Amino acid sequence: MKKLKNLYWSVLSGSAAHIIKRDDIVWWKAWGIRIISVLLALIVCGFVTVSLTDLNPIEMYITMAQGAMGTPRLVWNLFQNTAILLGVALAVTPAFKMKFWNIGAEGQILIGGLATATCMIFLGEKIPAPLLIPVMLVVSIISGALWAFVPAYFKTRFNSNETLFTLMMNYVAIQIVAYFTLEWSMPKGSGTPRTLEFGQLPVLFGQKYLINILIVVVLTVLVYIYLKYSKQGYEISVVGESEKTARYIGINVKKVVLRTMAISGALCGIVGFLLVAGTDHSLKSDTAGGRGFTAIMVSWLAKFNPIFMVLTSLLIVFLESGASKISEVYRLNSSFSDIITGIIIFFIIGCEFFINYKIKFNKKEEIVC
Amino acid sequence: MEKNIALELKNITKTFGSVVANKNISLQVKKGEILSILGENGSGKTTLMNMVSGIYYPDSGQIFADGKEIVIASPKDAFDHKIGMIHQHFKLVDVFSAAENIVLGLEDEKGFDMAAYIERIKEITEQYGFELDPYKKIYEMSVSEKQTVEIIKVLFRGADILILDEPTAVLTPQETLKLFAVLRNMRESGKAIIIITHKLHEVLSLSDYVAVLRKGEYIGTVKTSETNESQLTEMMVGKKISLNIERSPVETCTDRLVVNNINCVNREGIKLLDNVSFTARSGEILGIAGIAGSGQRELLEAIAGLQHLDGGSIIYHNPKTGEEENLRDKTPLEIRQMGVKLAFVPEDRLGMGLVGNMDIVDNMMLRSYKKGKSAFLQRKNPKSLADEIIERLEVVTPSAYTPVRRLSGGNVQKILVGREIASSPTVLMAAYPVRGLDINSSYTIYNLLNEQKQKGVAVIFVGEDLDVLVELCDRIMVIGSGRVTGIVDGRNTTKEEIGILMTKSAEDMMQDEGGHEE
Repeated sequence: MKKLKNLYWSVLSGSAAHIIKRDDIVWWKAWGIRIISVLLALIVCGFVTVSLTDLNPIEMYITMAQGAMGTPRLVWNLFQNTAILLGVALAVTPAFKMKFWNIGAEGQILIGGLATATCMIFLGEKIPAPLLIPVMLVVSIISGALWAFVPAYFKTRFNSNETLFTLMMNYVAIQIVAYFTLEWSMPKGSGTPRTLEFGQLPVLFGQKYLINILIVVVLTVLVYIYLKYSKQGYEISVVGESEKTARYIGINVKKVVLRTMAISGALCGIVGFLLVAGTDHSLKSDTAGGRGFTAIMVSWLAKFNPIFMVLTSLLIVFLESGASKISEVYRLNSSFSDIITGIIIFFIIGCEFFINYKIKFNKKEEIVC
Repeated sequence: MEKNIALELKNITKTFGSVVANKNISLQVKKGEILSILGENGSGKTTLMNMVSGIYYPDSGQIFADGKEIVIASPKDAFDHKIGMIHQHFKLVDVFSAAENIVLGLEDEKGFDMAAYIERIKEITEQYGFELDPYKKIYEMSVSEKQTVEIIKVLFRGADILILDEPTAVLTPQETLKLFAVLRNMRESGKAIIIITHKLHEVLSLSDYVAVLRKGEYIGTVKTSETNESQLTEMMVGKKISLNIERSPVETCTDRLVVNNINCVNREGIKLLDNVSFTARSGEILGIAGIAGSGQRELLEAIAGLQHLDGGSIIYHNPKTGEEENLRDKTPLEIRQMGVKLAFVPEDRLGMGLVGNMDIVDNMMLRSYKKGKSAFLQRKNPKSLADEIIERLEVVTPSAYTPVRRLSGGNVQKILVGREIASSPTVLMAAYPVRGLDINSSYTIYNLLNEQKQKGVAVIFVGEDLDVLVELCDRIMVIGSGRVTGIVDGRNTTKEEIGILMTKSAEDMMQDEGGHEE
């Protein structure tokens, strides 16, 4: 018993091997580790597939790829979903970079969407589309910003916990939107969301989603420039890295927190606007669809770099749509595709450990028992 | 005498990235013996002992206890081999009593019997001559009492090898004497004791052997009775040095910063600054001496606009306009907007003065990024400032775009001081600017301070090394427990005089408290 305990300790605490933080890693090594981890993930998924089902894993991967981009329509869907997820990731990034844990993007999107829908319903017939759409945009930006401003205000004023606060604000937003969905449903009270006729975003070159994608491309560039080259972006970095330093050089930390959260919420509001006016042409309480949370992973995986986020959001959306295709084609329970997605994401996140640390095996295998 | 060796290290090496913290270190300590590990700040003393106590794991080398080779991979392993370390920063639960802290985490198969534990704690205190009330809560304790709790905690777990990391850094001289008496008692009862220190007189008065480290390398072990201060210094710093810091005469000298009766109280109602008054003059270096944590930090932060004060005034005499302005309770931004050119090198370099994850250029911008109306950053001037500092102060860095946390302590400090001086300040405050720096970097910093002094800047220098203070400063203010206990002329004073002033306040405080109770 004592021996076993000792062995447990030595393994756990690393007598046999120990972990060292890497100082620096050359970029090709880091990408090598990432590629190896994706390959490993695919192999592990293959084993899981074979042991749980009677599918051929290679065939399954092909189905997956087809499900994500087998037809032009699917490719457009893929891009559209990537754009929306990327938009949310862009929105949460300034807050997260400031170490303000904004997990309320979901609610901020919904409120932005609600504002858009309100304009479409009540102003739709009164003002022409070229005027209506900018109004919708502005109103959604303001409402998203306000929704995010509230937890920031309480944080700076009373030092409340922003994680809980933003999370709770999600439920409030969901309930408000659920109420209006029912209120506006056609026929009234049926719960079927009304299709919003007026103020839909224009179809460019025959592609419904193109305008959404273009807007997010512009946002990506803007957020990248804002974070890297603007004075405000610099302030965000300093506050995020060390509040003490920020105060030492005279940055008004409270002001930066309020401003950054308002920006974060405003970007979420824009995504809400795109979803309601561009994608769905309706408003439901699940319009945001959990993207507010997935986006955190996207942003984090890309280390808060908007350009890398294009890749990470594409990866996540690809996996999700591919996995759902597997369930559909092979008539498997949807949990199976969740398992596959989970394994792949686990490996991708897990490999960051090997990029930041290396494991050194002790030459001496002697363990004192 | 082989069997008497309690702990032996053989060829221990530890690197952090490219930095070699310990290189091939071998030393041993016998039972009933006190070994000092002597070395400057940053010479690898603490790293070495952290490997013995299971916090770090050596890259190579062997550790023997009682003649057997052992593997220490966790603090628990260390305890299993009867090794206990008392860290510089105490790890105690404030709201628990001494006894509760001592038994915390104990795995006793017989069940938990507090009364019996307290009996044993009392036995230990009596055996070695500690003074401790086991029922007293940690938050009511003085630093020295907390240290006692930490030591008993280790003894309670049956440690035969005790390691103390800079145990006297936070103690008054009286408390130090008490601690030494206790340590001698432990030696009598056969414990092996290792103390980490950089204070020579302690080494000489307490230990049997001295092992000297320099820049991560093992220099040698000498018998205390056969050595002296100058030999140890030579081993520590490599060559015999007399400090010889250049001190230019004070030329123009006008009042720049007049601090009047400032007070500062923390949340617990303890006075951190108690009626502090002094004047900093242009063209001179005002040194501030005192035991660590006597209010030095609060004082500088109050002047920099980072610490709220409960009374008093800080009057700045603007050399350009001749106007007088009160800086009390202004924010750093307001102070700058008033045209007060205040440079501040804080104690916490990477946590306050610089941003560790940012590169040198971005750190240069911290002070100046706001300049200009553009919404965008301008990195051209910061880049040339970075290049200039790297060249002039001989900063060792791969490039100006290297994150500062990757640089060594000395280079980090050069970057910070360089940036602060670049704003051509009228007041320069530096808190422990040479802590952890090697001799050469330290001299670079002293020279920079002197250079500023000659330019007519009022320099305020908070230091810990009394020799340096005495050689560098024109006047030295001594503070103890938040009070000014004396201001002396740097040219006519001695270390001993300052030492007495540093301790004077503690005695006064004790008398005061005694008086209140009556």
